Amino acid sequence: MGDGVAGPLEQFEIKPLVKIQLGSLDISYTNSALWMTIAVAVVTLFLVMGTRQRALVPGRWQSMAEMSYEFVANMLSEQVGSAGKAFFPFVFTLFMFILVGNLLGMVPYSFTFTSHIIVTFGLAFVVFLGVTILGFVKHGFHFLSFFVPKGVPAVMLLLMVPIEILSYLTRPISLSIRLFANMMAGHTMLKVFAGFVIGLGVIGGWAPLALNVVLTGFEILVAFLQAYVFAVLTCIYINDAVHMSH
Amino acid sequence: MAEEQKPTSLEDLDARVTAARAANKQRSGNSGTAAEGKPPMTGLGLAMRIGTELVAAIAVGLAVGYGLDLWLGTKPWLMVAFFFLGSAAGMLNVYRTTAHMGRDDGSGGT
Repeated sequence: MGDGVAGPLEQFEIKPLVKIQLGSLDISYTNSALWMTIAVAVVTLFLVMGTRQRALVPGRWQSMAEMSYEFVANMLSEQVGSAGKAFFPFVFTLFMFILVGNLLGMVPYSFTFTSHIIVTFGLAFVVFLGVTILGFVKHGFHFLSFFVPKGVPAVMLLLMVPIEILSYLTRPISLSIRLFANMMAGHTMLKVFAGFVIGLGVIGGWAPLALNVVLTGFEILVAFLQAYVFAVLTCIYINDAVHMSH
Repeated sequence: MAEEQKPTSLEDLDARVTAARAANKQRSGNSGTAAEGKPPMTGLGLAMRIGTELVAAIAVGLAVGYGLDLWLGTKPWLMVAFFFLGSAAGMLNVYRTTAHMGRDDGSGGT
């Protein structure tokens, strides 16, 4: 890389802002944590401001807040049915947090906390653990029959049950990798092409610049899509736990 | 803000919203309510989803096999076995994902 041009991976660097040491644990307040705080603040502000007027005919902000509410509510009732209403707060929080985190990452000089696998894995693991506990609470040990496919001869069960269990254990991994890989790949690509703009100068730099504009739009689409995918898969997992059907 | 063109009454607005919804539904054909408010699944998104599903299952299989090997002291064998089980789980996941998509919207999920 040329001088003064940041490497494409520098944007993912975690920088401690307030150093906090708890025994041997480093629990510093980092730039990642800062942007998570900002995301929570933005979501709160968006919803509080949006619902403040409570007009029967919504204005723009209220309309957007209602749209996000309806979007998640529809998704839940579609995937889980009427039993899904109880999980609305969880799924909505998850969706808004990821969506705003992804979108905040599109702001120049910001930090995309969803591009770190530990963050997405933490979120996915909460979903995984919660869904598993939910399944056991709802069905007791009968939930274990979730891993026994129906209509399979007893000999094949020896093979199928481990496969089903592995398939179940895959959920948090694939859920977290999908979000993290999409965000990281997209942002790296943006930075690489931005580096080309500087490298090629005034004459040749216009082509990567144009591409970057396109990619920025594409990244915003990805930000929405991945938040949606994460939320919809959470709904599907909740449905599996509530209704015990694949 | 379009404050000036406020409708005369809420009943009037309600009627217009209902009419617009009906027209919209007619225009979009019989895709039903499932496609409403759903972002289109792009081909790339689908590919990413299926790819991660496969890779993650194999990785989990390997990790579980390796962990069991360390625990039981059967160094390479359980890892080998769980590699294949993980691959099978990955294919099962991909099958379920795509089967789900085909059922979700009749458009084929492209």
